[in-house]
Amino acid sequence: MSDRLMVATRKGLFLYERGAGGAWNVGNESFIGDPVTMVLSDPRDGALYAALDLGHFGPKLHRSDDGARTWTEVSVPEYPAAKDDDDKKALKVIWSLEPAGADRDNALWAGTIPGGLFRSEDRGESWVLNDALWSDPLREKWFGGGFDDPGIHSVCVDPRDSRRVVVGVSCGGVWITEDGGASWRVSTRGMYAEYMPPELREDSAIQDPHRVVQSPQATNVFWVQHHNGAFRSTDRGESWQEIKPPPSAFGFAVATHPMDANTAWFVPLVKDECRIPVDGKMVVARTRDGGESFEQLRSGLPAGNAYDVVFRHGLDVDDTGDTLAMGSTTGTLWASNDQGDRFEVVSNYLPPIYCVRFV
Amino acid sequence: MPSVSFTSNLNRHLDCPPRAAAGATVSEVLQAVFHDNPRLRGYILDEQGRLRQHVVVFVGGQAISDREGLTDSVEEEQDIFVMQALSGG
Repeated sequence: MSDRLMVATRKGLFLYERGAGGAWNVGNESFIGDPVTMVLSDPRDGALYAALDLGHFGPKLHRSDDGARTWTEVSVPEYPAAKDDDDKKALKVIWSLEPAGADRDNALWAGTIPGGLFRSEDRGESWVLNDALWSDPLREKWFGGGFDDPGIHSVCVDPRDSRRVVVGVSCGGVWITEDGGASWRVSTRGMYAEYMPPELREDSAIQDPHRVVQSPQATNVFWVQHHNGAFRSTDRGESWQEIKPPPSAFGFAVATHPMDANTAWFVPLVKDECRIPVDGKMVVARTRDGGESFEQLRSGLPAGNAYDVVFRHGLDVDDTGDTLAMGSTTGTLWASNDQGDRFEVVSNYLPPIYCVRFV
Repeated sequence: MPSVSFTSNLNRHLDCPPRAAAGATVSEVLQAVFHDNPRLRGYILDEQGRLRQHVVVFVGGQAISDREGLTDSVEEEQDIFVMQALSGG
């Protein structure tokens, strides 16, 4: 059971701690005033990472080796120099951060906007662009979704084989490498895009998976909240079957149970230009049977006049599978100790929440 | 030698006191500063060497015109101010 939770917001990083009575309280504040776009707690060495997006002064990355008491600025991924103005890309947002495998000490993956995937071998001290994915001709089809430029928001490193990595791109599909990033292929068979002309509906490199997560135990199982639906794969991401969380297919976040590959949670919203809870009522949709059926969990959530959006990194489950954390754009943080049967408000007054992650 | 001052808002993130630095262009002066303070570079310029979108550089009271190449000329005794633009607020 995790008793610490990182909450990354528009105005800083808050480290919550669960007390003896079960209540979550702020134990530490970091980077107050600065947007924190992504956080990582590295289980291999206990390091914490915080990616900042300083509006004027660019993206930054900090690492803490003492549980967020002190932070050290490390390097950010940098796009390679280019002569042609059209190719002069610059880092805008660090959008995903993941350990590169239990057998790859000190190595990290970072997914970024405008679309580069980077790897560090030294805990963020230096970064190298993954050239194979960046050079793939299909990347020309990628486009921005929500942001002006495409971005990599999900990096799923196979717990049994760190050379196998699945990444999600908005908008650019789901990509798989089997060789540690030396080669990539896009894999979206079964997904479709209602926002494209009919002839491009099933085009792989324009799909918009909002979030991709992998079952840690049954590693052949993946869940995706896509722009116009939800999908599940039981064959390592080779093909995708549509599932239908109620009351709406649109949303950003999905989380999966750490041991039970049939259990997952979604946070549905009115599609797609509106993006608020259906009828203003917050709901979490939970399946326990691989997406065949869903329960709508509402206990402890606002029953009306709620306009909270849970972003793609705004939902997390701890390593027991029992404790959920969920944070919204209106600065509400909820926790549940019973897989979502009942939620409790941790705070109504946080800045807009980008990411929640158990330590 | 030109003098360079930085918005005090940068002090939240790193030390960058006012200083004199040699150079005939904005680029040359800033490179001299970055030589002694390499972490500052990423706060002012992006990795392509362009001025960050919401940073403004004034030379002698005028905002520079070449935000990509920083080729605006600097006189020997001119003051350079590196400020944050209100557009990014």
